[in-house]
Amino acid sequence: MNDMRKVERDLKVNDAKITARNVDVRYGETHAIKDVSIDIPDRTVTSFIGPSGCGKSTFLRCLNRMNDTIDICRVTGKITIDGKDINERSVDPVQLRAQVGMVFQKPNPFPKSIYDNIAYGPRIHGLARSKTDMDEIVERALRRGAIWNEVKDRLHAPGTGLSGGQQQRLCIARAIATEPEVLLMDEPCSALDPIATAQVEELIDELRQDYSVVIVTHSMQQAARVSQKTAFFHLGDLVEFGETEKIFTNPSDPRTESYITGRIG
Amino acid sequence: MTDITNAPGPRSPHRTTELIAGTLKRRHAKEARLKWIGLGAIGIAFTMLFILIASLVSSGWQAFAQTHISVAVYIDPQEVPAENLPRGGFDDVLAAAMAQMLPDADTDDRATMRSLNGILSNGAQFSLRDQVVANPDLIGQTVTIKVPVSDPFDQLNKGLIDRDTIEQNRRVTDREIAWFDTLKDQGAISKPFNWALFTNADSRFPELAGLKGALVGSFWVLSICFIISFPLGIGSAIYLEEFAPKNKLSDFIEVNINNLAAVPSVVFGLLALAVFIGWFGMPRSAPIVGGLTLALMTMPTIIIATRAALKAVPPSIREAALGVGASKQQVVFHHVLPLAMPGILTGTIIGLAQALGETAPLLLIGMNAFITSAASSPFDSATALPTQIFIWADSPERGFVSRTSAAILVLLGFLMLMNAVAIYLRQKFQRKW
Ligand SMILES: Nc1ncnc2c1ncn2[C@@H]1O[C@H](COP(=O)(O)OP(=O)(O)OP(=O)(O)O)[C@@H](O)[C@H]1O
Ligand SMILES: [Mg+2]
Repeated sequence: MNDMRKVERDLKVNDAKITARNVDVRYGETHAIKDVSIDIPDRTVTSFIGPSGCGKSTFLRCLNRMNDTIDICRVTGKITIDGKDINERSVDPVQLRAQVGMVFQKPNPFPKSIYDNIAYGPRIHGLARSKTDMDEIVERALRRGAIWNEVKDRLHAPGTGLSGGQQQRLCIARAIATEPEVLLMDEPCSALDPIATAQVEELIDELRQDYSVVIVTHSMQQAARVSQKTAFFHLGDLVEFGETEKIFTNPSDPRTESYITGRIG
Repeated sequence: MTDITNAPGPRSPHRTTELIAGTLKRRHAKEARLKWIGLGAIGIAFTMLFILIASLVSSGWQAFAQTHISVAVYIDPQEVPAENLPRGGFDDVLAAAMAQMLPDADTDDRATMRSLNGILSNGAQFSLRDQVVANPDLIGQTVTIKVPVSDPFDQLNKGLIDRDTIEQNRRVTDREIAWFDTLKDQGAISKPFNWALFTNADSRFPELAGLKGALVGSFWVLSICFIISFPLGIGSAIYLEEFAPKNKLSDFIEVNINNLAAVPSVVFGLLALAVFIGWFGMPRSAPIVGGLTLALMTMPTIIIATRAALKAVPPSIREAALGVGASKQQVVFHHVLPLAMPGILTGTIIGLAQALGETAPLLLIGMNAFITSAASSPFDSATALPTQIFIWADSPERGFVSRTSAAILVLLGFLMLMNAVAIYLRQKFQRKW
């Protein structure tokens, strides 16, 4: 956290898009996130790494208030996006989630056609002026999700009929179809082959030009390849957060070091 | 966290294989036993069903045919004066026509003439009258009419009267049997399909009694029941499942809905009697009251089925929709409800099928009245299929015995139809996720 003031070379803007202060998350008795404070910069890819069950998904889900839907989940602390407290009463979670897109850990396409999977978000937000406009949005999203070539001939087949990796990319395409400002991706490449992974990583890199992207990953290589900032979580604590390069070459916390060298995990 | 290095290794791999092999036989035997028990249970259930249907069919099938007689009637202008048509002596005209066909009958004896008339259904003179009133030119001509015979002769024709029993114990005399056989030899007797069973309302005379009143009554009752219980049931279920805060109050409501579903139906009948008829002054025996009562009974079933169906929709679908910025209401109506629809429809149809067969509450609100015309609105007096069965089962005439079974078969037919629709809808709307 002492690296926060450093400005990275290849970043034009580095204001904090998302700030979290003293965030605690409890599932009933389980204390899943412990007093986490972090500043996630704009136009940057931030990766969350850490052993399984350390709270990466939980923290990610705080950022678009997805934990609201879990009855036993209690979130305390302050999270702001563009300086606005997202847990304030005046903030509509619907608006927030349109602004902060999410790709879930398990692919969850709607049991509708591939086309409707993508078109649903733009449709409810009224983003398309006409049918051709919508077709364009769908095609663009599917191309960016690196799945267009595989599905262009069967846009009206059910999305649930795709393979696991294809479903994952469909969900990525769905999330970017509404053009969110922040994109949260929970292990978006866990079921993808190296080629599709490379395509998704390319997409992430491209998204960085305009958006803030947060990606949870179990692959150190991927974190090193795509992200500029890396946060390491361990047992609900944010152990270390800083420049990706520094985390991987010269971590300041011994726990980070043992994790990236493969000793905890 | 995962801690591979400290994880214990396998205990003894070879022994494990042996152990599994040892238990395998027992497990397979258990499986086979379970299979046979299941098959046995299904076998017993089917046998019962078969016995039920077979007994109903064996006693009821005769009611689907009705003995008719063709009579050539001379409309005697002396008996049927054109100026006072409706009061004409149509029974005498018919008796004369019968006497014509049976030359050995003594036309001067009034008792003989009465028995001749008794071969025909009581409705014959009325249908003849209606025909002549509609077309007065028929007076003075001979018309051939085809009318049902009265119940004893119908029974005789269907072989349900034993000719060998002594005359006093029979409902037809030897003379009448002889007449009937003569008529049969003349080819005047026929036994076509009994359309009247579906087109006539109830009657004192079994050969004229039909189910139209009951079918129409059941139609109104079920329509009202559906119109009220379906939207209310689904609405309550959606609110309780998706929007209501989970607290003591919602638990309390949930428990009470489950209780409501278990309340005996006769209690609903008493409630309807007190509230709908007593307080609100709704008409007795009317389908509107029956429909409201059955709606009260069906609603908990629909609520429970709908909630179960909503609960079965995987949370990942809700998250996906919320994740792209759908509002709670959009999540429910765009995603959850369509996925829950097969379950909801199945539950609703099962609830309605229950309502269709429900008898006790309808008896309490007077839907077992003797009503000879079909209701033209839900506010008219009517019977329903189950109460009609109840009435007929209580009637002493032989002809009602087979009609009762026939009515039960019709009711079962409708139930099976509804269940088939439920299965069809479930298959049609079923989607995978
Ligand atoms: N819905 C829930 N109810 C109760 N406990 C939960 C729930 N979701 C997560 N937890 C608990 O919170 C902790 C953090 O879980 P989380 O899913 O955030 O881990 P993660 O870092 O994403 O792990 P992974 O890499 O395996 O996805 C775990 O101990 C988990 O058991
Ligand atoms: Mg996770």
